[in-house]
Amino acid sequence: MTTSALIMIILTQGTVLGVTIYFFRKVLKTPAKSEPDSFRENDTDPR
Amino acid sequence: MSNTTESWGSRVGLILAMAGNAVGLGNFLRFPVQAVQNGGGTFIIPYLVSFLLMGIPLLWVEWAMGRFGGRFGDHSTPFILDNMTHKRFWKYFGVFGIFTNMGVMAYYTYIESWTLTYTLKSLKGDFLGMDLDALDSFFNGYVDLGSGINFPVWALLAFLVTLTINIYILSRGLSAGIEKVAKIAMPLLIGFGAFLAIMSWTTGSTGRCEDCSTFVGLNFLWEPDFTTLANPKIWLAAAGQIFFTLSVGMGTIHCYSSYLKQKDDIALNAMSAGWMNGFVEIVLGSAVVIPIAVGYLGLDWVVDNAGFMMAFKTMPFLFDQWGSVLAVIAGVAWFGLLFFAGITSSLAMGTPWMGFVQDEFGWSKNRSAILLGIAILAMGLPTILFFEKGVFDEYDYWTGTVSLVIFALAEVILFAWVFGMDKGWKEITDGADMKVPRIYRPIIKYVTPLFIGIIFLTSLFKPLNGELSDWSKAFNSLFSGQGWPWANDSIINQIFHINTGVQWVADGHFTNMFYVDMSRFFLLACFFALVAMVKVASNRRKQNASS
Repeated sequence: MTTSALIMIILTQGTVLGVTIYFFRKVLKTPAKSEPDSFRENDTDPR
Repeated sequence: MSNTTESWGSRVGLILAMAGNAVGLGNFLRFPVQAVQNGGGTFIIPYLVSFLLMGIPLLWVEWAMGRFGGRFGDHSTPFILDNMTHKRFWKYFGVFGIFTNMGVMAYYTYIESWTLTYTLKSLKGDFLGMDLDALDSFFNGYVDLGSGINFPVWALLAFLVTLTINIYILSRGLSAGIEKVAKIAMPLLIGFGAFLAIMSWTTGSTGRCEDCSTFVGLNFLWEPDFTTLANPKIWLAAAGQIFFTLSVGMGTIHCYSSYLKQKDDIALNAMSAGWMNGFVEIVLGSAVVIPIAVGYLGLDWVVDNAGFMMAFKTMPFLFDQWGSVLAVIAGVAWFGLLFFAGITSSLAMGTPWMGFVQDEFGWSKNRSAILLGIAILAMGLPTILFFEKGVFDEYDYWTGTVSLVIFALAEVILFAWVFGMDKGWKEITDGADMKVPRIYRPIIKYVTPLFIGIIFLTSLFKPLNGELSDWSKAFNSLFSGQGWPWANDSIINQIFHINTGVQWVADGHFTNMFYVDMSRFFLLACFFALVAMVKVASNRRKQNASS
């Protein structure tokens, strides 16, 4: 593989992977909103 | 409006369902082919710019519109749009958000059924030892509408089974059906994709020909040629890819987010689902088809043959080169991955109808799903029976391509200019779990509509070949009185058959154009049937309001 192709792969795929993980991690780390929210599974009184 | 009790089970489930809606067959089949045909490694630059300037704004706009409509108990685009303006036009324009999905679902479910058949056949080892010609014959026989024994009975049966699976899951509802499937399908899809990507990255040179190496394939995909950046055709191709990969302009995102409460985040959710789709496309999608094909068939073969059908006519042969055990595993992983990518998308396409009829007519989930199944069966049969007459491609062109661009252009104008950016920005940022960059306010108002407008106009009036120089030649031709040299795939030429003229019968037989035009009229009839349903629903609302 040429150096320029290798740089493109590493830069692009690294960035996309990094940003995807960053946002998904942020979703997982953000505390749920107070009830009633939109999601059934964290309801204290399941509908 | 409805008194629906539908809701999402969890935030992760919603994001996986949204990502599943976006991740489709195109992530693995369309993206690498587009990259190969449009500058290789350089393609990623206009691709990412289009994602930032058109993809992300459209994601936020659609999530915001959906959540806004949900506040009034509306879960499909006709009445979501109506809530934003109360102008009659938008309510009927919103029919696109149901029609597009049903039209795409009709043929998409058919492709999905191929992947199901191919998964089972891979598992049985039926493709072991088959060469490219045998695979080609198998596929052509599978979809061929001949007579007697050639009748595509297995294709039809697989379609019915796939449709039934979709309808059953939809009848289970959002959290017990769609979300549950997404939670299983998306991790499996990523796992299968990662396995195939690792196989591709580690295969290297195979010695079957001088340049037979997966590294040559990867190099071909990723080596930048910066001179191509000045070519607008590359930018249009990249913008088009962003459009289709994110499933924007369809009405599914609106429907999914309409089950969210106002205080819940949409900004971060949209980013998470959108980038997850990008990961599947850029990291996994680029690693499979092209590099493995170059690894065993060489670069010249791939340049001549790269296309959607490689998935079925080529991949089993390539996997066979890894030995029978790995061939079975890779075949199941590949077609299983495509099946999961397909079903998470087709389920999303069913939800706008489900939301609409439950809201407006009070139908139960079972009844709504069964009637959707009947409608999709009726719409899908012509694509199966007249596949080789071009009906399948015709559905894809109008419902899977043109309708998306028209709807996205209209919705972003509605959001930014009619509903207004002040209210629109508030909708996007309300409850946001991330800071939404303010630069996106002018981008949504000016850049995104311009971007989509250019895509639409260039598709409408595309001249022969479509290169930059062809536009100036076309204008010269027009001003010198010789008319506009239409590209065959320009929307205007498609509608009026300018280049070929209308010819429905030749040598005493109906031509392909006849079947194509009939399918067009059929789709138009379906669209107006949905318009009539919206009219009935609207009248019911008025009666309820006055009583």
